Amino acid sequence: MGETVTLVLPAVLRGEAGGASQLAVGGSGTLRGVLDEVRDRWPRLERRLRDERGEIRRYINVYVDGEDCRHISGQDTPVAAGAEVRVIPSVAGG
Amino acid sequence: MTALIAIGTAKGLFLARSEDGRGSWQISTPHHQMTEVYSVAIDTRRATPRVLAGMIASHFGPSVATSDDLGETWQEPDPAPIAFPEGTEAAVERVWQLTPGPASQPDRVYAGTQPSALWSSDDGGMTYQLVQALWDHPHRPTWGAGFGGQAIHTILPHPTDPASILVAMSTGGVYRSSDGGASWAPSNTGIRVLFQPEEYPEYGQCVHKVARDPVHPERLYLQNHGGVYRSDDGGGTWQSIADGLPSDFGFAMVSHPRQPDVIYNFPLEADIKRFPVGRSCQVYRSQDAGKSWEALRTGLPGEGFYPTVLRDAMCVDNGDPAGVYFGTRSGEVYGSRDAGDTWSLVAAHLPAVLSVRAADF
Repeated sequence: MGETVTLVLPAVLRGEAGGASQLAVGGSGTLRGVLDEVRDRWPRLERRLRDERGEIRRYINVYVDGEDCRHISGQDTPVAAGAEVRVIPSVAGG
Repeated sequence: MTALIAIGTAKGLFLARSEDGRGSWQISTPHHQMTEVYSVAIDTRRATPRVLAGMIASHFGPSVATSDDLGETWQEPDPAPIAFPEGTEAAVERVWQLTPGPASQPDRVYAGTQPSALWSSDDGGMTYQLVQALWDHPHRPTWGAGFGGQAIHTILPHPTDPASILVAMSTGGVYRSSDGGASWAPSNTGIRVLFQPEEYPEYGQCVHKVARDPVHPERLYLQNHGGVYRSDDGGGTWQSIADGLPSDFGFAMVSHPRQPDVIYNFPLEADIKRFPVGRSCQVYRSQDAGKSWEALRTGLPGEGFYPTVLRDAMCVDNGDPAGVYFGTRSGEVYGSRDAGDTWSLVAAHLPAVLSVRAADF
């Protein structure tokens, strides 16, 4: 397990993390590693973020230190110790 | 006696409850709000009825939740209750159907999903396993998708033969298993296809819904994407019963809970004119297995009625006389407590109604 990163959750997902707005996650140097740890520790939260193939859901945006991971390397985006990983649902629906 | 209607909508599940013989209804606030509830079931085989809801949140994906206290609390397992096994390279997009199994298998529940896959549960519908043989069927790569997506939306377990199961999908048509799901064969003989040059293919039909006769389980009723059919041999062959209907297009097909040969349908004008026939609200009933049909409109809105009724938005309960219910895309639910003779409004101003199931207990 790597150094601690902070996972910041939107209000709508906090119920899946015991009400926490932030989680301290070890991760393994990439965003995939961070989300894999989320899967192991908070499986209901993780499956809201990724489907069973492990792909981030279409209307979920994940920012690593303020950058949309889709504009970097997706789940291969490096996540350094002390980084902030922020989950923000995109604008969708009606 | 309590009567319950589970109303799945585009923005959550509403539960309508009656304690006065289905005369008046108390409508809940939405459960699982801001999810699309395409499938609901009320499993009355249990000592306490279990409500099951298959929902999808636009951002957060699909799930199935169950309640054993009529919606006071909900159970949803931590791992995904319904998910393709590793290596399948598919993801469940939507749960289209939840169907309790036969009485002899009190913990069996089936689910149908988009993409087209059948699932079985042996814990009363809390977690599901893929029925691999249908997923591995050589036809699957050529099953198509209708406007609503590619999905198994109809599951009919045989009431007395647990090894016999029928499913229907859009598109793909009807498939049957006689060995508990270990092998599957298409079963569409006589069902016409309107959207390709070959009119009577082995499979590929866009079947909208199938219902089973309560007394003669080998008798089935089918609403096709154009065409209304009956089978008297468990789905082996199909014959048209559309002659007495004003249109052969629609989505819903429902059979009476106890009486043989009594079925309900909500015809729409045509594929390219998806308005109720006559632009008024009319349920059609046959009491002779489709030989003749009658319009039921007492208590329903007259001309100037445009919303459609989707494939799972019509149902019957197990009351006596039977209750019949349907919901509209404009968020109304109508009910009849005399098997369709007269109707009244159960709920209005809801989000678009996607699925309706009802039970007395």
